Amino acid sequence: MSDQKPVNAEEIMAVIERNDSARLRAWLKTCASCGLCSESCFFYLANDNDPTYMPQYKARQTLGEIMKHKGQLSREKLEEMKEVAWGRCTMCRRCSQYCPFGIEIAVMINIARQCMRTQNVCPDRLMTIDQSYVEFGNQMSIPDEEFVETCEWMAEEGQDRLKDLVIPIDKENARIMFVVNSREPKYYPQDIQEAAMVMHAAGENWTMPSHGWEATNLSMFSGNMKVAGMVAQSVYDAAKKLNAQKICITECGHAYRAAKYEGPYWTKQPGGEAPVEVTHAVALFHEYLKEGRIKLKHKFKEPITLQHPCNLSRSGDLGQKADELMEMLCENYIPMEPHREWSHCCCGGGGFIPMGADYKKRRMIAGKVKAEQIRKTGTKFIMVPCHNCTDQINDLNKEYGLGTKVMSFKELICELMDLPPHMQPEEAE
Amino acid sequence: MYAFVNGPLVWIAFGVFILGSIWQIAALYKMSRRTDKVYYDHYNAGAAAGSIWAWLMPFGSHTWRENPVLTMGTFVFHACLILTPLFALGHAVTLEYNRGIAWPSLPDAAADKMTLVFLAAALFLLIRRFVLPHVRIVTECRDIVAWVIAVLPFVTGYLCAHKLLLDPDTMLMLHVLTGCLMLVSIPFTKLAHMFLFFMTRAFIGSEFARRGTKTW
Repeated sequence: MSDQKPVNAEEIMAVIERNDSARLRAWLKTCASCGLCSESCFFYLANDNDPTYMPQYKARQTLGEIMKHKGQLSREKLEEMKEVAWGRCTMCRRCSQYCPFGIEIAVMINIARQCMRTQNVCPDRLMTIDQSYVEFGNQMSIPDEEFVETCEWMAEEGQDRLKDLVIPIDKENARIMFVVNSREPKYYPQDIQEAAMVMHAAGENWTMPSHGWEATNLSMFSGNMKVAGMVAQSVYDAAKKLNAQKICITECGHAYRAAKYEGPYWTKQPGGEAPVEVTHAVALFHEYLKEGRIKLKHKFKEPITLQHPCNLSRSGDLGQKADELMEMLCENYIPMEPHREWSHCCCGGGGFIPMGADYKKRRMIAGKVKAEQIRKTGTKFIMVPCHNCTDQINDLNKEYGLGTKVMSFKELICELMDLPPHMQPEEAE
Repeated sequence: MYAFVNGPLVWIAFGVFILGSIWQIAALYKMSRRTDKVYYDHYNAGAAAGSIWAWLMPFGSHTWRENPVLTMGTFVFHACLILTPLFALGHAVTLEYNRGIAWPSLPDAAADKMTLVFLAAALFLLIRRFVLPHVRIVTECRDIVAWVIAVLPFVTGYLCAHKLLLDPDTMLMLHVLTGCLMLVSIPFTKLAHMFLFFMTRAFIGSEFARRGTKTW
């Protein structure tokens, strides 16, 4: 897909200029090359401590080279750099926590990705997804009508499980506007149904928009910040149009980070805050259980662990809530070590899953760290509140023979919740 | 030459160090007002201070706790690097003799031991740099230069105090020269991490606090 036009150094340098900041300059001046970022990185650990996988070296091979040569690089060189910026880093930001100066290698890798993206040097699948966002407003090329039909179908089908289940579309003045990952209408419509059941059972005043329903934002990983901003804006616009109080993101990691933390900057919101408050299914379900709006028949009894997605628990504020939700739902929650904001990336993030088969082999190698973590808990169930983590852990399950079952919070809550009599389906007896 | 090096040059070096550092900090601050909106939007004083403090304390951060040997090495290195020149008896006497300013000082024997400990720690850091593949791969010329600049005043100071190698006056002059070299280098080399540390740590502390998480 990468066309063979000569590399346009000006376009590359325009990205550098746009991202030139005091913090970036301070980082470049201050790094003492101490190497302490190495052992924070699961790529480095999983590849037998191969030094070429250590974070600073990866930043130097990408952004460092671009800056040194002022964007004057051959296409072959850019292609080589692509394999580092996308193939050896998920921008999980764990190295920032281990750097004595708090240098953000992930931000540097992201700038390098943006530079390369201007020259269409980027994993093909991610570029296709950018295009899908532009044409359809979602990453899976789903027309809005089809999405609405899927919701109607899921509501109707769900009435077998919860009487009078409805999925309100475009309802105004709702407290919660729920947005999903387009994988849900495409491959896992059950997910929409289960989220709807939980909200319905909690007596929530909620809705989904017929446009601006896509929560994912993979353009932030392709390096196409223009499209990333457009996608974030469409969600904000939908919430403003419907006058919703909060945007609630489905169980997806990067979507939460994009809407809550990065989107406000792509779309130049005053004060760097989203125009409508952004929350997440984990926080919402936590609220339901804590306030007793959802009651359980019993807690989940088997030993179970939790995957802390990087974009929820490190680049987001949900680590503690996810742990508390686990405690409220499960009798025997066994956390992984390390966990919460110190958790390792599973290697599904940063665009890795959608990058597809070309990158699967290295995804499986680098995922070894996560696989070991899971194995050490000795559990046979794992809660994964993120779509990309879900795919990755399912793959790791096969690759490493973990024999663990991946679950989502909505799935487990639907299984355990004690519906009030008027919501119980009639033929349930 | 001797009079110039041991007189005005010292003040010039202090001037370059102080004004150069202020200039660097001011330039970054000015730029940050334009380019680092994200920092000012979510500035969190407590987290910024916590992020600096935890990393200034031995074993205060995850990294320090997970790498105890390096932590000892680097803290000893930095403590001696700062304290020895500040309180060396020779420095205090010079200050009092020339300017009449009384300055606290360490006994010579203590400064002597601190110098040796410093040199040992410096050697440890250098060896580590070349022995560990993941450190060697990112080591650049300027990292070595910074190390040499920091170490030279200690070597010359020790040789001077013990009247070794060269006659004491020449060695003293070399000591002052290398000391001046370190001072003027701070704002313009990797030694700038002396003050940049506080800026970058304040940023990352706030940035993660915005997300309810920590970097220590």
